[in-house]
Formats: sequence, structure tokens, C-alpha cells
Amino acid sequence: MTTVDPKLRTVRTACPYCGVGCGVLATPDGGGGAAISGDPSHPANLGRLCSKGSALGETLGLESRLLYPMIRCKGGMQRVAWSDALDHVATRLKHIVARDGEDAVAFYLSGQMLTEDYYVANKLMKGFLGSANVDTNSRLCMASSVAGHRRAFGADTVPGTYEDLDHADLLVFVGSNAAWCHPVLYQRMLANKQARGAKFVVIDPRRTDTSSEADLFLGLKPGTDAALFSGLLVHLADHGALDRDYINSHTSGFDETLARARSLAGSAGATALATGLSEADVTAFFKLFRDTPKVVTLYSQGVNQSAQGTDKVNAILNCHLASARIGKPGMGPFSLTGQPNAMGGREVGGLANQLAAHMGFTPPDVDRVRRFWKAPDIATHEGLKVVAMFEAIARGEIKALWVIGTNPAVSLPDADLVRAALKKLELLVVSENVRSNDTVDAGVHVLLPAQAWGEKSGTVTNSERRISRQRAFLAPAGEARPDWWIVSEVAKRLGFGSAFTYNSAADVFREHAALSAFENDGSRDFDIGALATLTDDEYDAMAPVQWPARAGKPPEPRFFADGAFFTNDRKARFVAPEVPALRSETNAARPLRLNTGRIRDQWHTMTRTGLSPRLSAHLPEPFVEVHLDDALRYGLMHDGFARVTTDHGQCILKVVVSERQQRGMLFAPIHWNATNSSHGRVGALVASYTDPFSGQPEAKATPAAISPYEYVFRGFILSRTELTLPSHLWWVRATVQGGFGYLFADNGDLSRWPAWLRARATDDVADYMDVGGGVYRAASFAGDRIETCLFVGPGHDAGDWNVVKTMFAADRLDDDQRRVLLSGRAPDGVGGGPIVCACFGVGRDTICDAIAAGARTPAAIGLALKAGTNCGSCIPEMKRLIAQTAADTPPIAAAS
Amino acid sequence: MAAAKLAEELSQTALGRYAIAVIGEEPRLAYNRVLLSSVLAGEAASHEIELKPATWWRERGVTLKYGARVTAIDVGRRELQIENDENVAFSRLVLATGSLPLRLPVPGADLPGVHTFRDSRDTDVLLALAAKKGRVVVVGGGLLGLEAAYGLARAGARVTLLHLMDRLMERQLDAPAAALLKSLVARKGIEVLLNASTAAIHGDGRVEEVELADGRRLATDAVIFAAGIRPNVALAKEAGLAVNRGIVVDDVMQTSAPGIFALGECAEHRGTCYGLVEPAYEQARVLARHLAGRKAAYQGSVVSTNLKVSGVSVFSAGDFMGAEGSEAMVLNDARRGTYKKLVIADGRLTGAVLIGETQDALWYRDMIRNREPIASIRTAMMFGRAGARPQAA
Repeated sequence: MTTVDPKLRTVRTACPYCGVGCGVLATPDGGGGAAISGDPSHPANLGRLCSKGSALGETLGLESRLLYPMIRCKGGMQRVAWSDALDHVATRLKHIVARDGEDAVAFYLSGQMLTEDYYVANKLMKGFLGSANVDTNSRLCMASSVAGHRRAFGADTVPGTYEDLDHADLLVFVGSNAAWCHPVLYQRMLANKQARGAKFVVIDPRRTDTSSEADLFLGLKPGTDAALFSGLLVHLADHGALDRDYINSHTSGFDETLARARSLAGSAGATALATGLSEADVTAFFKLFRDTPKVVTLYSQGVNQSAQGTDKVNAILNCHLASARIGKPGMGPFSLTGQPNAMGGREVGGLANQLAAHMGFTPPDVDRVRRFWKAPDIATHEGLKVVAMFEAIARGEIKALWVIGTNPAVSLPDADLVRAALKKLELLVVSENVRSNDTVDAGVHVLLPAQAWGEKSGTVTNSERRISRQRAFLAPAGEARPDWWIVSEVAKRLGFGSAFTYNSAADVFREHAALSAFENDGSRDFDIGALATLTDDEYDAMAPVQWPARAGKPPEPRFFADGAFFTNDRKARFVAPEVPALRSETNAARPLRLNTGRIRDQWHTMTRTGLSPRLSAHLPEPFVEVHLDDALRYGLMHDGFARVTTDHGQCILKVVVSERQQRGMLFAPIHWNATNSSHGRVGALVASYTDPFSGQPEAKATPAAISPYEYVFRGFILSRTELTLPSHLWWVRATVQGGFGYLFADNGDLSRWPAWLRARATDDVADYMDVGGGVYRAASFAGDRIETCLFVGPGHDAGDWNVVKTMFAADRLDDDQRRVLLSGRAPDGVGGGPIVCACFGVGRDTICDAIAAGARTPAAIGLALKAGTNCGSCIPEMKRLIAQTAADTPPIAAAS
Repeated sequence: MAAAKLAEELSQTALGRYAIAVIGEEPRLAYNRVLLSSVLAGEAASHEIELKPATWWRERGVTLKYGARVTAIDVGRRELQIENDENVAFSRLVLATGSLPLRLPVPGADLPGVHTFRDSRDTDVLLALAAKKGRVVVVGGGLLGLEAAYGLARAGARVTLLHLMDRLMERQLDAPAAALLKSLVARKGIEVLLNASTAAIHGDGRVEEVELADGRRLATDAVIFAAGIRPNVALAKEAGLAVNRGIVVDDVMQTSAPGIFALGECAEHRGTCYGLVEPAYEQARVLARHLAGRKAAYQGSVVSTNLKVSGVSVFSAGDFMGAEGSEAMVLNDARRGTYKKLVIADGRLTGAVLIGETQDALWYRDMIRNREPIASIRTAMMFGRAGARPQAA
């Protein structure tokens, strides 16, 4: 099965994180690890990697991996042979379909699956089980972009390419924190800004790190994006900036749409009123857009994760269509995807409202795919999108669910309900890399070990439609198998063997490519027919390639410069957005709105990034960001705790008071879950209101309340092994160098800790107890190495976790280090503060020291410390530190 | 030692005002008694522990009469009688007669082979004993006994230490500190028996066996009594000075007789006799100022112990046991041989015990004396002066 080169040569592969789709060079070390670097020849990144990609080598360990199939048996999970697990899944599925019909079965897939895996799963469900109840976590990510594209273009087409970002003169970021979520692409745009003077406009309710380089920051009210872009459309119309020829020749619906735009935001003043922006800022943006031909508008979750996400997308597309800023170098709308293969999933039809190969559920499309697949029982209508799917599970209508490569008990809105729904299933099958996550822990019946990144082989498609190979460079862990193989084996056992006779990922890919070209002739955007006849060797050697790749046709890097949309009349549609409004209302009990999103160094539910000590060092605790005024109003202390409550659930999070946050808005990151935190599962807070077209939930505006939460004690534990902490603790787990770190807060009695520690410690214990001061600190040793380290203290003084972590990482402590260990203070030269630069592991204190020593630019800091010289995504934070230091200590005149 | 300190202080504060004579029974220059165990342990030579060389005394015009035993004080005539010598007249007299070792009143306590450990002559005897690699029982688990045991063990003897109480140095250490000290002493090859009450010493013309109250018998070649001291007050008593346990002095160290002073271990100030060097030195400073005609008053000392016991650094000061209403902070690292306890009452440091790590001892002692509030450095202070700078916000 394995394609690992026995001579351990460097393998070209692709990064498994965001949708930028960077090329990665992986050189296995022969011991299960690998050296990772950026692939200089990959067009997406040209050798660069972000902090997450750079740390991939730290995420290859097998400690948390699922290594063999398991079945629930008498309440517990037991190891079984592959054939037994597959037989079991097939028998149970067959039984449930026979009894309750095909719609009682559903698949929930992932944007991290490879295209081949995705294709086979979709084919089994829609083609042969005959239900379209297949959805994917991409629903949470860019379904609104898909729906918006399809409404405007007649197809889910990203018209432009990354090169446009190099050539644009204005880059408009809408609801996108690209600096943290698409760092390599953001750095590429920064390079354009620095070299060519491109301007940045950032439109976001939050002042994110992306806004730090903005020439104009528009901190609009949440949910008002469509008003802003309607205002822009009006402005373009009223200032003679429309491309009438393009509108007339290639579009329809303009007049109605303009009329609607006038009613929503008929002037800069009206736009300002609707969005909460100043009229001057609005006018500045309009003018900038109007006067700059080469504009790329980039949009991401701030646009998509909305109950009006599709309208927002169309409001943006309207402006680009009306000014013909589309399909030409340096201009166009650009959806940034969040997952490595969100685009591949869209290509195979992983979403419940797509069929396959960018075909939908129109009768001709259904018929075409039926014939191609030789699938007489193919599904003929759309299936349930994920929120509706889980509602159906909760109602007991769906009885069997197969989850592949995703963690809905964490990531879906209203996640407590999701978890409860999972427990109702008659059959929950999970194909996973890890033994345990919130979904697995919600009552899985069958666990199937899937190959992880580094082991699996196939293709992914990035945000610019570029297909790259993910190649294996490690042997599969335990009995892990490719997802396409697992699904095919179940399909065979269900009696569909003749349609699932694949011997390799290449087999699957060729079929997928053939379907894309099947009766296409330019009628569908997605066509990679040129790749349908690749030999196995050619497939293995395939260089990154952009679609369309039509057989016998020259490449077309961009779409729509000359119209030719994929609607019946080949004309684009202007779509008039509804009146912008958030789905839910705030009220006295829920006076705030909760926004959610990613942080720089973590990805999704942390099953992979959480394994890296470096990535876990930047922001180790789940937190909620709040404006200073709201902190004062609700009695919150920076670095204290707060309970955030919505109608759906509650969390207890660390408080970060930040002027980057709008008044009335909270922000909490999405990454923490029940396996690594006690109270940080933010998905449980989020409302599940969905967009009527895309089915994407409004994850960024849930009405919420916040109140301070007091803990008497705070502390941390460092341990070589995973620990079960005492109950009733607030805790979060983070990977640290050499083991596991736990940060906790406690209202229990201090006296519980010495006994707790002694029960888990060696005989060689050093400890420090100050009952009156509320302090207990202890370390147990094996030889000269720390085994376990426990620091408990009052809320304001738990000891310096960063210092102790450094000592914990060491293989041995000398006598002097042991002497100072329990002081929680750094012996000289150790420490450095919380990590700012994850790539080189440079801490805040170290950076502040460099600033104090005269380094007053990121470049100067980089020269001194290397910080910020790899992916650069810490540069905004360094700039803030420089600004703070400058404010604290005015530089000497001669120095500046 | 107290006399030498006084001479030093006087030479600084009142040089030439008095003609000073120092009269001592021991036939040698004043030496650092605390270091006798180091001599015993072979860590220092006998002459190396002299406090000041002969030239130092000479330069300050001090007359030294050593090997001279004062037999009586004639308070009325203001004269001292000296054995086999002429009387010496004085205008001011300072008694620094120190203390005497206690011998337990048990049968056999006067057998040959039963010694004390108090002065330079005792040391010579013990050195000879240790050189024979004999078995030695040391009676007394206080400072003196531990020092003797350590010195003897280092010098080659096989040492068993008997202590009446359930922990070593109970007047200076709390139970955990004493337990740690016991284990550290044991690491140096000394057997320690606690709750060991000496009932009798047996031997035919010479020490052969020690019998304990519980009936245990220990074969031995020698017994060292190091079970306490008493102030040496005989002269004062005979002279009719007020004497309780020690010679009673006031805040300028004056006894009941004008112009006659006492200091050091023989003196009793406000009901307390100190058995340590530091109070003696403080008293010497006060007395020197007084004799120089300046205002001075001794207020009593915060007792602290700060020394190496059996090669282990030990410090204790103030209310180290922790009185009612106080709280304690405790650091324990048995493998490093470290135990630190700081006692806090009313937001102030009131006592401390340190074993193994005593570099911040004087800092703690000063904090105890100065009664400074410690809230801002509460956690940091355990880890030493260096870390206890006020933290930046």
C-alpha cells in the first residue's frame, strides 16, 4: 500500500491546513518524523510556510493516533479485524436502509479529505445508497461563497488566481483575517504593497492583525456588509464608473439590483448610517474602489458565516460585475477557503446540494451522472445540509451517520445539541486519525483508522483552483487505511462492488477527471479531462495544475473576462440582496454579540496543531476578547475569567480586554473542545440560524451575555504523561516540549493538591506550601529530570508558566536550576515570555528586550532575533509591542 | 570571645581612655570557640581559630594575662585575686566568664573516659581519642553534641549520638527541620538515637558501656557529655553580686555592683541568658559605648542560630515554631537537603528555620528584627533576596 521511498528522499507534498495550498518538502528522518520546509517551486507559496506549516514535523507523533479498527461491544470499544469492522458497517447500513429507507443514512465529510476519498464517499452515498444526505464541514466554511457564485455565475467558479493578488492595486479584505488564517498569501499581498504600493482596505467588525497594514480600516457593524457593497454599487453607478458594455452583453438583472441597492444604501451618507461607519470613511473606500481599476476583493468567513452570507457574496460580486473587474489580471472577487481541500470537496459534490463535478440536481445533470456511474438508484434531489441533517438526527429520522475526518461535536453551532443528537444514533461510524475527540466520545459505534497527512496520497485543490498532489512520505500508522479504500470496501459489501473496483488513488482520480469532462464541451466550468488519462506514474509525478484543464484545449487561467458564464443564457446574474439584518436580536438578557474565529497558530479542533509545543505556546488558553468599555460595564478584568452565556450554552473563558474589539461585540476562538479544555467549547454557544441559500450558519453574531467568573486559585501542571485532573476545575491542556501542560483555575481547597501530587509523583519531591498566601508548588523528579510540576497560587500569582516550561523541557536540571525551580522565576538566560514568533520560538519578553535595546522596527527585531523572518504572521504583534514600548518609554531623540 | 569583642569595640570607641587587661584561665590567646569542632574535624588547625594575633592585642595596648585564674573579686577594694599571682586593681571590671559544660548526674559520670566538649583542652583529648578509631557515645543532640559528634566522626571515631528529646536541636529547630538534619547527619556516618535517656555509665576503672533508661546498653570506649551548659557565675556569686541563673545585668550590662559589668554567656539580661555568640557581641558593642561615655542600651537579642552543624548549614531565628495566630511557609527538598520555614504573623516575618540553604539567613534575620511588612514579597521571599525585588506590573 505504501509509496514511501525507502531511501528517505525528500517528497513534494501539500500542506494540510488552510486553503492557500502551499507546497511542502518533507524529508522523513526514518524514525517516524520528518523535516519540513516550503517547496520553492510550488506556485502557491514559492517556498514560504506559515507557523502552522513550519511546525508540521511536530505533529507526526503517533501518541494520539487510532491504530486499528474498533467496535463498541458491551459498552466498551474493542479492537477488531478490518474485515469484521467493514462487515459490521455494511450489515448495519443495509439493515437500516432496508427498514427505514435510504434517507435514514447520512455521511458527514470534511474539507480535509483528499479529492479521491471525497469522490468515492460521495459516489457511494448519492449514486448507490441513493440519498443526497452527504454534507461536509465546508458547509461551515464557504458554502455561502458557493451559493453566491452559483447564483451569479451559474457555477461555483473562483474567477481569478493568486497572481492577481500580485498585480492588484487595491486589495479589499472583507471578513477576512488573512494575516492569521492565510498567512502565506497575506505575506504575498504585503510584498505587493511594499513593492508596488498596493492599497489595503480591511472591512471587519474586529480590528484584526490583518487591519494593521490597512490604508483604510472599516470597522462596520456586524451583518452590514451587503449595505456597504450596495452603497458602492450605487456610487459606481452615480459616478459613471459602470462598464455598461459588459453589463449589457454579459449580465442580466442589473436594473432591479441597482434599484434595490439604492433603497438599501442610496448614498454615502445612507451607507454610513446603515453600516455604522463614518461618511468620510465610506466615501474614501468608494472613491478608492472607483479610481482603482485593479481591485481584488477577498472574502472569507466574516462574509460566509452569516444567515445572509449568500447575499453578502452577491453584493460583492455585483460590484465586480458592474465594473467588469473580473477575469482580468489583478482584479476580481476572490473567495479564500479555510481548508486544504474545500475546493476539491466542491468539485466532487461533497455538499448536499451538489451532485458531482460541479453538477447539480437538475434532471439532465442527474441523468448524466447516473449514466456515467451506471447508478440506477442515484439520488434525485438535494439532501440535508448539515444543520438540518443534525436536526433530523435529533428527531430520530436519520439513524446512521458516517463521519469522516471532522469533529461536528465541536465545530457545529449549538454543539451541545449536536453531541446529544450523536448519542441518539443507532449507528455512528467515525473514520479518524485520533482515538479520541468530542465526536468519538459522543458514543461512536465503529472507529475506522484513517491514514493521516504524510501517509495518505491523493490530490487537493486550493483557493485558486490549483490541484496539488499530497504524497505519502511515512508508512501508515498501525492498520490505518486510505479513506477511498475504506469506503470502497464497504460499498463492495453493500453489493455495489462493480462500481468501486479501485486499486489506487490514481484510479479514482482518473474516473473523477473523466466525469468532469463527460458531456461537458465547455458547458461546465469544472473540467479536468486532460488529466483523465494520466498513467499511475504521471499521476504520481503530477505537478500543481490549475483547472480548467480541458482535454485538447489551452489552459485558461481566468474566467469571465468576456462573459461566458455557466447559466443557461451564459449571462451573469445580478442578485439584489435582502435588507441586511442579523437573524437574531440582542435583548436585555443577551446584550452582546458573540463573534467566533480562528487564532494564528491553531487550526480547527487542534487534533494536529495541538500536538506542536511551538504552536501551543502563542495563545494557550481559550479566551474571549472584549472592549474596555464593556469590560468596565460588566465588571471584567483583563486576564480574569468570564462566563459567556447564550441561549444555547455557556463557556468560561479567559478575558482579554482589547481595543481591537468593537463595543458590544465579543470574540472567542473556535479551537478548544472537551478533550483539551473543561469550559472552552465555544461551538456550544453558537446559534444555528442558517442562510436560506447556502445553509451556512451565522456563527459570528450570536446574542450573548457575559459576567465575571471568579476563581480563588490559578495554576499549572507540567507532566510527562496525560493526567486526569481533579473534578470541578477550569482547565485547558496544551502540548509543551517534553510532555503535557495544563493551565487551570480552581475554587477547591488548596490542601487537596499535596496529596493529589504525591499520588502521581516519584519519591523525590520538592515542594513549597504557603497556606495563608494560597500557594502550593511542587516538582517530582526522576534522576535530574522533572517528571511532574505543579504550581498553584492565588489568581494574581500562579508563577511564570513560560519559565517553568523551559526548565521542564530540559532533560536534566543542575543543582542551581533545581534550587530556583519552585521560585517560578528564570535563572539567567531562560524564559523569554509567551511565544510571539512561533516559527523561531521567540517570546514576548525577549522581543521587548530587543525593542528596549533600540530595535524599533520588525526588521531590526528580525535581524537581532530572527523573529518574524519566516512566515511573518507575528509582525503585526511585534508592531503593537513596539508601539507600546514607544508609548511607555519615549525613545531618545537622537535614536529616532 | 566576648572579651575580645569588647576590646575591639573599646579600641575603636574609647582608645586610650582605659588601660585594659584581659585575664583568662585558658593558657592561650582568645580563640573562636565555635570553630572547635572544625579543629576536631581536622578542617582547621588549632592556631588558625585564634581571634586576633598577639600583635593585634599589643598594638591596642591591651595587657594579656592568660593561664591566670581569678579566685575572687574584692568589690570593696576593687581588686581581683589571682591564683599564684599578685592582685590586680581595677576601676571597671567586666566579667566574661562564659559557661561551663554540664555533666549528667548519673552513676559512672566520673569514670575515666568520660569527657566534655567545651574548650581547646577538651578538643585535644578528643582528637587523641578519635585517632584510635574508637567507639564514642556523645550525649546531647543540641548544637554542641552535634558538633562534637561530627568532629569525632570526621576524625575517624565511630560515633553514636544520644538525645533525650524526640528531635535534634529542639531549641533551635522544628520537627521537620530536625528530621532533615537527622537524615543529613546520618549520611555522615553518625548513628543518632532519639528519646535516649542516659541512665548510667559502666566500666571497670574506665568507661566500657552506656546504659539507657529503657535498658539498652551501648558498648563504647568513651563518652562525651555535651548535654548543656550553665553560666559560670561562681566568682560573681562569691563576690556578692546579684545572680539568678546568670549574673544579673541591666541595659548597660552593669551588675548589681557599680562599675562591675558582665556580658556573654555568664550574663543574665532581662531574665535571659544567651548561649550564642551574637548576643555577646551585641552586648560588647553596647558596653563599649557605655564605657566610652556614650548613650547606649541593650534591648535584648532576637535569638538566631546561624552556623554549620555537622557540616550542614543551619539557621533559625525568632518564633521559628510558629506561635498561635502565625502562619508558616515551608519549602522542602529532601534530596537537596533543603528545608526552609518562614513564620509570618500580622503581615511580618517573625521567625525562620533554614536547613541546607542559608545564604539569605541574615536578610531574614534583619526582616524579623525590623518588623517590615512583607506582603509585597510574600511568595518571592522564600526564594531569596535576589528574586524579591518588587515585580513590575
